[in-house]
Order: sequence, then structure tokens, then C-alpha cells
Amino acid sequence: MMEKLGWAAIFSRLALQFWPVWLALLAVFAVSLHYRRRTGLYGRLFESPLGMVGFGLVMFWVFTALFADAVLMFDPLSQIAQMKNKVPGTITPDGGVYLLGGDNLGRDVFSRMVMGARRVLAIAPAATVFAFMVGVTLGLPAGYRGGRLDAGLSFIANLVLAFPVILLFYLLVTPEIQLTGLPTALAAVLFLFPVIFFTMLWNSRFFTHPAKRNLYVGVTLVLGLWAWSGLAFNADPLGVWTMEPNMLNVFVSVVFVNAPTVFRIVRGLVMDIKTRDYVAAAQTRGEGPWYIMLWEILPNARGPLIVDFCLRIGYTTILLGTLGFFGLGVSPESPDWGSTINDGRRLLTIAPHPAIVPALALLSLVLGLNLLADALREESLKD
Amino acid sequence: MLKFLLRRTLTMVATALVLTFVVFWLTNLPPNLEKLAKSEGNARMTDGEVISWLDRNGHAQPLVKRYGEWLGVAPGWTDERDGVTSGRCIARGAAVEDSPRFCGVLQGYWGQSTVFKAPVSEIIATRLSLTGILMFWVMVLMVPSALLIGILAGMREGSKLDRTLSTVSIATTATPEYVSGVILIVVFSSSMVGLKWFKGTATSAMDGITFENFFLPVLTIALYGMGYIARMTRASMSEVMTAQYIRTARLKGASFGRVVMRHALRNALIAPFTVIMLQFPWLLNGVVIVETLFNFKGFGWTLVEAAGNNDIQLLLGCSVVAVVVVLVTQAMSDVGYVLLNPRIRVS
Repeated sequence: MMEKLGWAAIFSRLALQFWPVWLALLAVFAVSLHYRRRTGLYGRLFESPLGMVGFGLVMFWVFTALFADAVLMFDPLSQIAQMKNKVPGTITPDGGVYLLGGDNLGRDVFSRMVMGARRVLAIAPAATVFAFMVGVTLGLPAGYRGGRLDAGLSFIANLVLAFPVILLFYLLVTPEIQLTGLPTALAAVLFLFPVIFFTMLWNSRFFTHPAKRNLYVGVTLVLGLWAWSGLAFNADPLGVWTMEPNMLNVFVSVVFVNAPTVFRIVRGLVMDIKTRDYVAAAQTRGEGPWYIMLWEILPNARGPLIVDFCLRIGYTTILLGTLGFFGLGVSPESPDWGSTINDGRRLLTIAPHPAIVPALALLSLVLGLNLLADALREESLKD
Repeated sequence: MLKFLLRRTLTMVATALVLTFVVFWLTNLPPNLEKLAKSEGNARMTDGEVISWLDRNGHAQPLVKRYGEWLGVAPGWTDERDGVTSGRCIARGAAVEDSPRFCGVLQGYWGQSTVFKAPVSEIIATRLSLTGILMFWVMVLMVPSALLIGILAGMREGSKLDRTLSTVSIATTATPEYVSGVILIVVFSSSMVGLKWFKGTATSAMDGITFENFFLPVLTIALYGMGYIARMTRASMSEVMTAQYIRTARLKGASFGRVVMRHALRNALIAPFTVIMLQFPWLLNGVVIVETLFNFKGFGWTLVEAAGNNDIQLLLGCSVVAVVVVLVTQAMSDVGYVLLNPRIRVS
């Protein structure tokens, strides 16, 4: 029988282990509360208790991901044979302690959960940003112009939305599909949208000042195409931008699933906003369509879009978990929450902790994002 | 109205054709076919043998032709070798003259599953009926409780009851099935907590459903959808409660209960109806996860098996069912919205 800590000791050790996170959280809350009168919508978030809870939960995981190396206690991949399925608080042979127990291979559940946060938070927000870029760049003209363009794009968006997500994942995220080059092709198309977006953004605003325009558009194109060549084709000459094929596959499919919904939201918002007087004024001034879309309509659609952005990061986290749960597109050793839940579920009735810890982690992150989105929605409606 | 229905149907058929074509293309990619050849023929085939096997079995034809054959609008392939004619529509040992020219999904020929060694149509029929039972109980649990939560919360916006119920529904939408399922199993059926009220698997539910073996999977799926429907109902209800005619009803002296039941409820339930209909595709997701988690061998479990084992025909069959379910519920939600809402005129 191995030595083991009691629950009180486990929780105090856990709280202690997260010290860099607490420190960072404290700093963020102190600064935000102090300047809340001057920071607009962000500041008003701190007036609703649920909003603060949501923000706190989200920031907790963000800081955990950032300081993961300081928080974790063991290498998330190293196995200790005697620690297989051991209950939380068991002391390891060399004097350490598995605070949340060991999994079926004798790895530390706590350290894997902390490392999982880093994996999830590396993909989910970035994938959501890309989905927004695609959805906004296509949704603006579809809503503003209407007609054939709108009909065509909407048909395609509805096609993707009618696809059962799990089926799509099973078809897109398989090892075989990498051989066909389909993910690369999809990535090439999807990753081009941010470049298009920013080029149009600067060009429509500054085309009357060619010098400034050339500088902004030039920098966008150089940086964007550099990143694009590295991320989509793994052909970055300097080797700064790379993405391993598995990760690219997962990333692309998550963006692909999310983009049509963003497209529909943006399109609906644009159709509503384009009837406003300030749009008519801009049209009378003779502004170009892209200027009106990007500099008149888009800033006025920001409220609902910010709310949806928060919700969508949560949804993307759920999707990533689903992928991990079915073992799609992740390496078997990966500490991400979905696959750890999947690994742990087989022994659920005997040793529940390897599955329940990542499950609660995922739940709290998504809950935090949803509470944050809800508070933002309420606060932005108060104007 | 007729024109609207006609256009809706046309779009639906076009969507179904495009979607099935995409699935057909993705399942019939060269690496998948190569795997099929090796699993059906011989695991140690050379590349040349693979190509000749694919050629003999009609997989070397152009993609569109193969899709047409599968759909049943193009005549099935035939192949004459050593005096024996084989073909897509010719069963082993049957004569060429007795075999039909077309055999595809439209003719009711869904192919043969390589994993279960049985006709795809048979497998899907049995599995789908199991999932149907699951879905029925999910609906029975989810819809009334979601509507109740939504109505109670939206009745008096901003009240304590509203805050509590809204937070609960946010929490359920933040809990995907694979999380709530795991938590529910641990709490109600593991030896650690020790409640052991329910069973952690639903395998025995395939023979006979009892409360003990079926409640957890049903609850798991229902929870995730419940929050969303409740929030939609709440939004719709609180909007209705600020309408002029509600104030009129209150002013003429009707009691609060009567106003809610007689005046508000009917109008508040239009929006949730479409949402409930649009939940079906999501339930499909939940079904796949829950059936895998609880080992209930229904439609979702079959889909996972088919996808995991490169069973092309079965996967195609599953996706046809899934796509049809999604499209039909979308259409029902559109038409139902128009029928329910007297303020909308289509033409």
C-alpha cells in the first residue's frame, strides 16, 4: 500500500501549485477594476458578478496555458509503472506526489490536464479568428450586394451546415486524406482570407494616400503571404511559420465547420445595418463599396460579433474535444482534454479520475466563455 | 405557398445531391479504395494487383460514372473476363439476363457492408430503429422541461428565478455530451461515489429498456440540447411579455397566470418550434457520442464503426440517412414557421 494524501492536503497543494496563475489573475483584476470607468464595454463587464466569474474562469485557463511549464509537476508524457490508475494524492516512489492520481499508463493526470489547456488554447482561439476572417470577408459582400453572389454563397454555406459535423470530421480528419492533399488545398483557400481581408481593409481606407496605402498593403502582403506559405504549404523559407500535418488537418476542419455560421450571422447583420442613414450618407459621398462595408458597417456590427466570438471559442473547444474523443487527428500521446477523456472512459466505473479531471477542466473553460458572452451581451444592450 | 414549397423542394434535392456526391467523393478517394482492395482481396497485394483489383470491381471508372451507378441513374458496370460476366448488378452465380440494368440507392440497392457482412439497408433499418427509441425518449424528456424552464424564466425578466434558470441553461449548453456523460456515469454508477442508481452502459437496453439502463444516455443527450431551447424560449417569452396586447390584458384585470397561459404562451412558442426542429442535426451529433460512450449499438455507433473500418458502402448509407434527416427537419422548421406565424406571408 502506497502512502497517500488526504483531500484537504490535495486541495491546498493544488492551490499552491497554481501560484503564478493566481498572481497574474490578481494583477489583471486589480488593474481592470481600477480603470473600469475608462475601458468602455470591457470595464462594464466588472459590474455584473456573473460576467466577472466568466472572465475569471477564462483568464484562469489562459494563464494556466501560459505558465504551464511552471504549474505542472511532472512531464505529461513520462510514465511511472507503479502509478497506474492510482487515486488522487498518491506519493510516487521517488517522493513526488500525483495530486490528481495517475492514468492507465501511470502518467500524472494533473500535469496532463495543465498541458492540455495549452494545446486547447493554442488552437481554439486561433481557429475561431480564422473562421471569423472567412465569414466576415464573404458575409459582408453577400449581405451588402445581395443578388446572385448572395444566393451562391448562401447555398454553399447551407451545404456545409447541412453536413453532420461528426461525419465531416470522420471524412476530413483521417490519416489517408493527408495523402490526397485535400487539407492543404483547403488550408490554402481558408488561410488566404485574412490576407484578403486586411488588404481590402487598408486599401479601401487609404487609397487616396498612395504612400500610406502602399506601406500598409505592402506590409500586409509580405507578412500575410509569408505566413500563408509556411502554414498552408509548410514552405516557409525561413522556417518560422510551420504547422505539423495533423494539427493543420484539425485546424482546417474546425475553421471549415465554423465559417458558414459566422457568414450567416455577418450577412444578417449587414442586411439590417445597410438600411441605416449613415450608410446612405456614405453612399451619397461616393465612397466605394468596400469602404462602406469595412469601415461603416463592420464597426457598427461589432457588438453581436464580439458576443458570438466568445461563444464560438467555447464551441470550438467543444469541437476539438469531440475530435479528441473519437481519437481523430491527434497523436495517441497527446494530452488534450478530448483524448484524455476518451482514454479514461474505458475504466470509468473503477478509476474515474483520469476522465473526470479533463472533463471538469473543459466544462469550466466553456462555461466561463459562455458566461462572459452572456454578460457582454447584456452590457452591450444597455447602451 | 405552392411556389415557395416547390422552390424549397428543389433546393433540398440539389443540396442532397451535392452532399451525397461530396461524401461519395471523400469516401472513394484513392487511398480509401486501396485500403478496400487490400482488406477485401489480400493484405499483401502489390500496387499492380491493387490496380487490377480496382479495375475488375468497377472502381477504376470516372468518379461521376461511379456516383451515377451508386445513385441508380447510370447502368451498373459489367466486366467480361475468361468468359464470365460479372457486374455491379449481377449477383454471384446469377445469370446476366436476369439481372437489372440499374441498381443504386434509388432502386433500393444500398450495397453490402464489409464489416458486418450484411446488406447495408438491413443494418441501417435495425440500427435506426434502436436510435429512434433513444431519440423518442430524449424528446419526451427534453422538450417539455426546456419549454418549462424557458417560460418560467422569461415570464418575469430579471427576477431571481430568471437569473437562476438562465445560469442553469448556460451551464447545460456549456457541457458537451462527452463531459456530462462522464460526470453522470461517475456520479450515478461508479463505485467511487457509490450511488449506483443507474447502469453505466446501455448495452442491455437493446434487448429491453428499463429506467435503470436507459435514463443516463437519454439525460446526457437531453441536457445539452435543453439549455439552448430554454434560452430561445426565454428570449421569445420575455419579448412577448413586453408586447402591447399583454399590457392590455393586464389592464383589463386578467390575472398574471391567465395572461401567461392564454395570451402569451401561444405567441411565445413559435420561435422555439423552429429551434427544436433545427436541434435534430445536433441531436445526431449527440447520438453518435452517447452511443459510443454508453456502448448502445444504434445508428451513431454504426456510423463510427463504418468510418473507423473504411466500410465505404455502409458509411455512404449512413450519410444518406443523416443528410435526409437534416434537410427534412430544416424544411419542416421553415414550413412550420410560416404555418404557425400568422404575420408571415410567403408570396
